[in-house]
Amino acid sequence: MEIFGIPTQALFGQLLVGLINGSFYALLSLGLAVIFGLLNVINFTHGAQYMMGAFCAWFLLEKWGVGYWWSLLLAPLAVGLTGVVIERTMLSRLYKLDHLYGLLLTFGLALIFQGVFTNYYGSSGQPYRLPEEFAGAFNLGFMFLPKYRAWVIVASLLVCVSTWFVIERTKLGSYLRAATENPALVQAFGINVPRMITLTYGFGVALAALAGVMAAPIYQVNPQMGANLIIVVFAVVVIGGMGSILGAILTGFGLGIIEGLTKVFYPEASNTVIFVIMVIVLLIKPAGLFGKEK
Amino acid sequence: MLLATTVMTVALVLAPVLGVYPVFLMKALCFALFACAFNLLIGFGGLLSFGHAMFLGSAGYVCAHAAKEWGWPPEFAILAGTLAAAAMGVVVGLLAIRRQGIYFAMITLALAQMVFFFCLQTPFTHGEDGIQAVPRGKLFGFIDLSNTLVMYYVVLAIFLAAFLLIYRIINSPFGQVLKAIRENEPRAISLGYDAERYKFLAFVLSATLAGLAGATKAIVFQLASLTDVHWTMSGEVVLMTLLGGMGTIFGPIVGAFTIIGLENYLAGFGQWVTVITGVIFVICVLAFRRGIVGELSAWWARRHD
Repeated sequence: MEIFGIPTQALFGQLLVGLINGSFYALLSLGLAVIFGLLNVINFTHGAQYMMGAFCAWFLLEKWGVGYWWSLLLAPLAVGLTGVVIERTMLSRLYKLDHLYGLLLTFGLALIFQGVFTNYYGSSGQPYRLPEEFAGAFNLGFMFLPKYRAWVIVASLLVCVSTWFVIERTKLGSYLRAATENPALVQAFGINVPRMITLTYGFGVALAALAGVMAAPIYQVNPQMGANLIIVVFAVVVIGGMGSILGAILTGFGLGIIEGLTKVFYPEASNTVIFVIMVIVLLIKPAGLFGKEK
Repeated sequence: MLLATTVMTVALVLAPVLGVYPVFLMKALCFALFACAFNLLIGFGGLLSFGHAMFLGSAGYVCAHAAKEWGWPPEFAILAGTLAAAAMGVVVGLLAIRRQGIYFAMITLALAQMVFFFCLQTPFTHGEDGIQAVPRGKLFGFIDLSNTLVMYYVVLAIFLAAFLLIYRIINSPFGQVLKAIRENEPRAISLGYDAERYKFLAFVLSATLAGLAGATKAIVFQLASLTDVHWTMSGEVVLMTLLGGMGTIFGPIVGAFTIIGLENYLAGFGQWVTVITGVIFVICVLAFRRGIVGELSAWWARRHD
C-alpha cells in the first residue's frame, strides 16, 4: 500500500517517531513554560536535567536493580531535589537582576553537569533494558506499534493534561497563576511565594527528569542526549509562545509530527524544519502561536 | 583610554619578540576581536545573542572556500567572509530583533543551530573534516603570510583596526543612542529615536566584525571547521565577554586572553575543561558580574573618591 508514492509502513513508522519526539518536546517545553511563568528564567539546564533523569534511571537499575516503575518516581524526585537546591542557593539571588543572568547561570550549570557526566561515562551511550511488560508490539493491521512507544505517548499525554488541569483548574494552580501576574500581592495575602517559586522550579525540573526516564529505553543514555534537544525545544517554545500551558503541549506534539513527516518526504530538511517553522512564525506572529503580545 | 590602548599595542607588538608563542597570540587575538564584536551588541546594545558562532563559523567557511577553491588572495578571501557574515547578520537581525530579551537569545541560538545543521550537510563545507589546508597566500601580492611572524603582525593590524573602529562606534552619536536605548528603551523611543533600527544596525555591525574574526582565523589556522559554528562556540564568546567585563572597552580582550590561555593550559584535562568553563560561568554570574575589567575600574574609582 502506498500514499503519495511512500509506502504506508514507512509513513506510519515516521509518524510514530514524530509522535514520540513530540511527546518529549511537549514534556520539556511544558516544564520550561511552567518555570518561565513564575521565575522569568529560561532554564538552560533543562536538557542536562533530562539527561540526569535518564542517568538516574540507568544507575538505579544497574547498581541497585531498581526497576523502571520505581525509577519513574524516584528519578524525577532526586533530580527535582537538585533543582530545589539550585533554586535556593543560586537562582534566587538573581531575581532582582536582568533576566538574562538566569539564562547565563543555567547555561553554566548545564556545562558543568554535561562535563561531569561525560568525564565519567564518555560520549558513548549506555543501553537501558526495556522493562519486560513492554516487550512486543500491537498489530494495528497497517503497522506494528511497539508497546513501549505506545506507553510513552499515552503517559506523556497524561502528564501534560494533568499538569494543565492542576494549573488551570485547581486552587493551587490559581495561586500559581496569580503569583505569575503579581507576586507582591499574592504574598500580601499570606501565601509563601518564595517557597512556591522553589517548588515550581523543582517541579519543572522533575518534568524534565521524567522525560529523561521515559526516553532511556528508546534512546541510549548518553551525557550529550539533552544538549541538542534543548535547542530544538527552545525553538518549540518560541513557536508556541510562553503564554499558555496548552499551547506548549499542542506545539510540542504538532512539531514532532511535522518533523516526522519531513523525514518521509524530504529527509535532508528533517533537522532544520522546526527552525524554519520558527522563522515563518516569527515573520507572521512574532509573539508565537499561543503567545500574548506584551 | 589613550594610555591603556598604547600600553596594549606596545605589549602586543613586543610579545612575540619576548618569547610568547605567536600562534597562541594569534588565536587569542582572533577571539578577542570576536568577543569585542559580541560586546558591541550585549554591552552597548543590551542584546544577548546566543548564536554568534554562526557568523564566526560561516565567515570562516566562505573565506576558506574562496582562498582554497577559487584561489583568491587572502585580502579578498577575508573580505568575502566578512561580507558573507554581514549579509547573514542582516537576515538574522531582521528576524531576531522582532523579540526582546530572553526570546532574542533563544531565537539567535535556534537560528545558529539551523546554520550548524546546514554546514553539516552541504558539500562545500566538507562535513566533519572541514576545509583543511587553506593556503595563506600573499597579502596584496607581496607580503608572504606563510611566515608565522608576518602573519602575526597582519592579524595584530586587523585586530587593532577593528578595535579602534569599535571604539569609534561606541563614542559616536550612534553609540550614545544605543546606550540610551539599553538604559531606557521607552524613553529613547519617546525622544524620537527608532530603537529597532538602531538595534538592527548594531546587530549587523556586530555580525560583520564577528565575521572578520572568523575569516582571519580561517586564514591563520588554514582551517574552517564545524567547531566554529557549534553552539559551544557561541557560549564561549559569551563567557569571554562576561569574564572580562560586559560593556567595558577592554573587558572582552582580557576575557579572551584569559580563556584561551586557560584552555591552552588545561588542554590535557579533556572534558574537565567544559566543567571548569561552567564553573567560571556560575561564579561570574553569582559574584562577579562586572567582570575583571569592570571590577578593576570600580576599585580604581573607589580609591580615587
